[in-house]
Amino acid sequence: MNDKIMLDIQDLTIHYEVESGVVHAVEGLNLTLGRGESLGFVGETGAGKTTTALGIMRLIPNPPGKIKSGKIIFDGENLLDKSEAEMRKIRGEKIAMIFQDPMTSLNPVITVDKQIAEMISLHKKVSHSEALKLAGDMLELVGIRRERMHDYPHQFSGGMKQRVVIAIALACDPELLIADEPTTALDVTIQAQVLELMKELKQKFSASMILITHDLGIVADICDKVAIMYAGRVVEYADKRSLYTNPVHPYTIGLFRSVPDIDEDVDELPVIPGLMPDPVNLPSGCAFHPRCSMAEETCKTLRPEMQEAEPGHFAACPVCVKKFLERSGK
Amino acid sequence: MSEAYIRVENLKKYFATKRGMLHAVDDVSFEIQKGETLGLVGESGCGKSTLGRCLIKLLDSTSGKVLLQDEKGYVDITKASPREMKELRKRVQIVFQDPYSCLNPRLSVWELIAEPLIVNKIYSDKNEMRRRIRSLMDTVGLAERLENSYPHELDGGRRQRIGIARSLALNPEFIVLDEPVSALDVCIQAQILNLLNSLQKEFKYTYVFISHNLSVVRHVSDRIAVMYLGQIVELSDYKELFSQPLHPYTQALLSAIPLAKLEVKRERIILEGDVPSPIEPPNVCRFAGRCRYAKEICKSKAPALIEVMKGHFAACHFAKDFIKGE
Repeated sequence: MNDKIMLDIQDLTIHYEVESGVVHAVEGLNLTLGRGESLGFVGETGAGKTTTALGIMRLIPNPPGKIKSGKIIFDGENLLDKSEAEMRKIRGEKIAMIFQDPMTSLNPVITVDKQIAEMISLHKKVSHSEALKLAGDMLELVGIRRERMHDYPHQFSGGMKQRVVIAIALACDPELLIADEPTTALDVTIQAQVLELMKELKQKFSASMILITHDLGIVADICDKVAIMYAGRVVEYADKRSLYTNPVHPYTIGLFRSVPDIDEDVDELPVIPGLMPDPVNLPSGCAFHPRCSMAEETCKTLRPEMQEAEPGHFAACPVCVKKFLERSGK
Repeated sequence: MSEAYIRVENLKKYFATKRGMLHAVDDVSFEIQKGETLGLVGESGCGKSTLGRCLIKLLDSTSGKVLLQDEKGYVDITKASPREMKELRKRVQIVFQDPYSCLNPRLSVWELIAEPLIVNKIYSDKNEMRRRIRSLMDTVGLAERLENSYPHELDGGRRQRIGIARSLALNPEFIVLDEPVSALDVCIQAQILNLLNSLQKEFKYTYVFISHNLSVVRHVSDRIAVMYLGQIVELSDYKELFSQPLHPYTQALLSAIPLAKLEVKRERIILEGDVPSPIEPPNVCRFAGRCRYAKEICKSKAPALIEVMKGHFAACHFAKDFIKGE
């Protein structure tokens, strides 16, 4: 694996300015992604995962959304300085995105081969017939027979549609693939098929990937690194192995515990009390402190910075990192 | 085994479509004991929700019986007249999947919970009804200050609590839970699952828990039925189903669950293709086209759901071959 950093997000803040106030969707987010790495981006609804992804693509609906500050350095260049025309070149060619719902991300009145060819002709200098031929190749690559290339989206099942979407995303051989809950709308056995395909293609295209999901199981399956997001910030970041074996942040621990275990009987699931904070009105200090069982006085006022608990494993909780270091120090 | 509380016999539900009869539920028989939770799992379109609705006659069945135990023996819900059904509705209830669309947006929390009580004319005394609503809100964990809120002001978890309070209002015995936590985040999901669990302990409800999430079903169920294309292909005690699945579809389903663990190495069975069409399915094993063990007999004869081990039913010609340790 190459150590070179491909994507470096620094202090990204994205707000939605709405009638009831300012929604702090993403607050001072820092994140790096190396070349060829795949990062799992985990959090609950409203944590800011999708907003971050749209921010990278510069697709935040404006108004009401606005990137307030920060930098998104991709391949050494700040995407936030790019003009709209330059961004259009990057979208699809360098950075491609797979959306959650394949039923709505395809055009229902255009055959799938034309939808794939559209992406190819936008970014490559090829003739129309050449683009259609490449589209057929892409379909075969994602496991759809070439005979079906002239079919409309409604003639495919959900899993097949998602394969078409993947084919579109990969058509221009992007360097970074952002997949926003790519299998959430699919059944488990179909999900297994699509995940298997994505793993295979990731190898083949040696692309980096950001996988947005709420399912820790999917992350365990296909990611190298994991970032846990809570109320607009990354609260824990580590490689998969150390995050799954030694979760540090109390929110991460709570998240792991609330998933019913398939090998164990428990009468009552341990829960994180309370609800996600209202992003219009975030708590002071650490946004998690009202729900945290380990919160101390300082948590109420001091906004926690990321600290290193073990090499490459960061958590935004000074209390827990200190405890973790004490435990591992003995 | 004691007398079953609910006996489902050869239940069928077909829908007429332009292309022929759609076999949503196709000849399903099983029993539910009093106070147990029967999990019903399967993928989209396998007929689990249709079955759940037929059980409480929100849909009229095409044929077959749903026998519900009462003082005199059993009543067949599928044959109940509208007047009889109105009485029966007090005993059988449902909680729907989507708390965003199953609540009238123009009614407040208070009105939503009062609705079943008013419709059934349970209380003539306003104060009594007030006490009942307060206690219901308390039971499902809704704060009193929320009684004048409207559904759009609340999050998914709270809305689902309203749905649960509505179904509990008439003191039912039997509740069909149709994907009650699928629309919720994991943390909220855990809260609702705990609530359902403690309610069952307190009031001895009988649940049918419909879900596509196998880890959740395992957590809540005593027994689990796996459905595929309108039929039950396996039915067993929850532990045994996971430790010793006897139907190849169950095996594939279990292997496809993404586990939030690293140490576990499992062989993942990737099924080829998609679920075939439920319209006029041929009378053979419906899983045969995707099954890696399929042989000649599977494509010519439909396997019956038989008791392969004690209390463990499977509908596969070769189920016996999958028994471990023999």
